[in-house]
Amino acid sequence: MKKIAKQTYIALAGLSVLMGTVSASAGPEEDRLKLVAHFKNKFPDLKFDDYIYSALAFDPDAKAQYNSIMEFPPYTSELDKGAKLWKTPLKSGKTYADCLPNGGKMIAGNYPIFDDAKGKVVTLEDTINDCRVANGEEAYQIGDDKTLGLISAYMRTLSDGMKMNIKVEGAGALKAYEDGKRTFYGRVGQLNFSCGNCHVDNAGVRIRSELLSPVIGQATHWPAFRGGDKLTTLQERYKGCQYDVRHTPDKPGSTRYNNLEYFHSYLSNGLEMKASVFRK
Amino acid sequence: MRKRASIITGVIATLLASSAYAVETGKDIAFNRSKGNCLACHSMPTLPDAEQPGESGPPLIAMLARFPDRAVLRAKIWDATATNSGSFMPPMGKHQVLTEAEIDKVVDFLYGL
Repeated sequence: MKKIAKQTYIALAGLSVLMGTVSASAGPEEDRLKLVAHFKNKFPDLKFDDYIYSALAFDPDAKAQYNSIMEFPPYTSELDKGAKLWKTPLKSGKTYADCLPNGGKMIAGNYPIFDDAKGKVVTLEDTINDCRVANGEEAYQIGDDKTLGLISAYMRTLSDGMKMNIKVEGAGALKAYEDGKRTFYGRVGQLNFSCGNCHVDNAGVRIRSELLSPVIGQATHWPAFRGGDKLTTLQERYKGCQYDVRHTPDKPGSTRYNNLEYFHSYLSNGLEMKASVFRK
Repeated sequence: MRKRASIITGVIATLLASSAYAVETGKDIAFNRSKGNCLACHSMPTLPDAEQPGESGPPLIAMLARFPDRAVLRAKIWDATATNSGSFMPPMGKHQVLTEAEIDKVVDFLYGL
């Protein structure tokens, strides 16, 4: 009898561990699928793959303009600068390509990752900096458009066509994801908006003459070159959004922004990356 | 010298009192992007110069029929989330986007739509 009780206990314990694992990994995917269904219901004619075009997907005229601009992008010389930085050997004699998995190609869609050893979210920019430090250079400032921004802009083009594939595995990763989710859905600023108010509830709706983009697909195309050749990273865009709702923005690279980027990027899983692109 | 300074101060004060601040109408406040910015979300179908309105909020029309009680309309502007927690509308009074006097002017303006 005692033995049966013990076995039952072990079985129950095993079941709860299993369930714990299932719910931990099902949370983010449930969130993502719920949003995909929300948009599918709201915009039945819009194909899933078209979400990479963000607001342009809702506006054929703007999309046609975008297509013609992208034939001869106005930011090519900026990308060339990024390519030069990318190819310049570091102090150790190694290059970024030597330092990163797969020579840095077709990997950008895996980032941000949650690094269990560091206990935090690591962005692609962080990884480039880690590479620098490991090879005798100083880390660049996160948010420095002239260095890290240009390198990441070029490097992400090496992953064009890769499907976003963010992974949230383990308790630490889930905690960071949930923190990003709280930031996304929390109403802030004098104007009292959450990211979700605009980019979930009002996606596809015009605010004055501007169409609000849906959250799905947003993370696939950064940095964007806005208005021609002004490099804007995803986290700089977060700053812009927080400024617009009259909230105090963070500096790029803050824990809050990194966790937000982690959550936000997860929601674009399954969509193709296209860097770098023109946005007005 | 002191007398002249006080005259100048007086003149400036009078000018300020009679300039933009004093004559800012409810419509000015509603249209101003850094104040009411109502057009970001609401159309005003009876106003030809309410161009390129947003579409997130309901059109602002027939306000007297829809809000016979002035206090209800004013409260909506002051903090729409008080009666509808899911409302996207910024709490204009609660978060001091507008002053109490500015809200009163906007309410007057809305009843003319």
